[in-house]
Amino acid sequence: MTYDTVIIGAGMSGLAAGIRLAHFDSRVLIVEKHFREGGLNSYYTAGGYPLDTGLHAMTNYAPNGPKSAPLKKLLRSLRLRLSDFDLTPQTTSKIVFPFATLTFSNDLDLLKQEVTQNFPNQADNFVKLIKVVNEYDFGDLASGRKSARKIVSEIITDPDLLEMILLPVLYYGSAEEDDIDFWQFCIMFQSLFLEGLARPPGGVRVILSTLLKRLEDAGGELRFGAQVTRIEETDGKVTAVILKDGERIECGSVLSSAGRIETTELTDTKPPDDSARAGQLSFVESINILDRPAKELGEDSTLIFYCNSEKIRYRKPEEPVDLDSGVICFPGNFDYTDSYNGPEMVRVTHMADYDYWFGIEGLQYMKAKADWRLRSLETIANVTSDFRDHIKFSDIFTPDTVRRYTGHINGAVYGSPDKLKRGVTNLRKLYICGSDQGYLGIVGAMLSGVIMANVIMKEKD
Amino acid sequence: MTKEDISQAVIDIIQEILPDEDMGGLDQEKPLRDQLELDSMDFLDIVMELRKRYSVEVPEKDYMELNTLQSTVQYLQPKMESL
Repeated sequence: MTYDTVIIGAGMSGLAAGIRLAHFDSRVLIVEKHFREGGLNSYYTAGGYPLDTGLHAMTNYAPNGPKSAPLKKLLRSLRLRLSDFDLTPQTTSKIVFPFATLTFSNDLDLLKQEVTQNFPNQADNFVKLIKVVNEYDFGDLASGRKSARKIVSEIITDPDLLEMILLPVLYYGSAEEDDIDFWQFCIMFQSLFLEGLARPPGGVRVILSTLLKRLEDAGGELRFGAQVTRIEETDGKVTAVILKDGERIECGSVLSSAGRIETTELTDTKPPDDSARAGQLSFVESINILDRPAKELGEDSTLIFYCNSEKIRYRKPEEPVDLDSGVICFPGNFDYTDSYNGPEMVRVTHMADYDYWFGIEGLQYMKAKADWRLRSLETIANVTSDFRDHIKFSDIFTPDTVRRYTGHINGAVYGSPDKLKRGVTNLRKLYICGSDQGYLGIVGAMLSGVIMANVIMKEKD
Repeated sequence: MTKEDISQAVIDIIQEILPDEDMGGLDQEKPLRDQLELDSMDFLDIVMELRKRYSVEVPEKDYMELNTLQSTVQYLQPKMESL
């Protein structure tokens, strides 16, 4: 069987690309090495509870936004409706530092008020930042990397407010230590603060099952348990992929969501000028099922981004886990119209040292997981409730888990710090989508697939 | 296809892309981009749907011919009248 395009990875970007190509009658095959779709944003069952691996909340909500808003564009291009994702908006979320707390919701006015109250002399500057992001040309893929820390500090002149704004933006998408490319900053600032957060009551399963159904309706194919071990080329052009069991699948082009370096490793000649660095940033995340709603334990926020120091340390830590900052997520605290049937839980994410977690195994690994989970819950009791006596079941993932399930080098959640914005590689008909293209959030990931599907369709002519 | 058929075919395509849009009040002579807030990806979609449904090719240099519904129909007529 010959395909027009083989897509590596059934994550958000690969599925979206597959849907779009299949919709326009390309013969498409998605190959996924695992037995489940979703990639970084997948799901599993443990202790009898349906759990999500990635998604805390979907950003880019903006249900009443213009047609040009990313989520609206995405839905149109996949021929889906907003109702297909069954999204419920957040209540309120917080950014907590020793010197101030900023509360935000899907109504931007709240955050403006909070900034004005806590940083009166930055009120105008914050409005200016919003204007800069609103007017940013997101389609400008030609410009090189620019430091968001530098550019934003020229607008937001109070260094404390700068840290507060950067914390959620870095945690939700930066592949680079202590900073982020300004292009990505704008994408994330828009998606978090200008457009807002939402989640389906059923979690990421709802989004994935919608995508799988749409892929099937469009005529796209998907194979699980199919790992690509080689991308074959002839005369500098892709001709086929080879699977682990030796099967050769001929194709006109390959779109890979496996990561930029990870994909290069699969090629014969290794595109010569590709000098992307491996990502360093990985996380631990604990999932703690509560014996009652978090609200009854005194916490009604959707998300809390906290930092116990004045300055963020967003980098590979010296210790196995850096408890100094983190993200705390309460999937039960969205604005559900009907009562929420999912498990009540608190999820806590921190930066982690992948070297440490790769280096231990067996009992030591189990003990380290249990130990760091408890220390984490103890630490966050300063910024939220103390949940330690109310946990019925818990699970924790580490950089090793991320590496196993996503294949990312170093378990780097957001991939390489060197993004390939256009998705075009040095090998003809080999394209990149997903994390290493640089679009952020799950809407960004899906859009990256759509954009690359467009590139592939245009090049066919 | 008659002019009317082609016009309806284009409207059907736009309606698939924008299922919630009321196409009844569409002005034939005003730019589609302004009336429906279409962006370049939407125009690409219209072109791709024309190819998918009617095997009609619209090269990128001709995209500006799709400015209004009227100009679109006029441009497509020689390509689609024999269908």
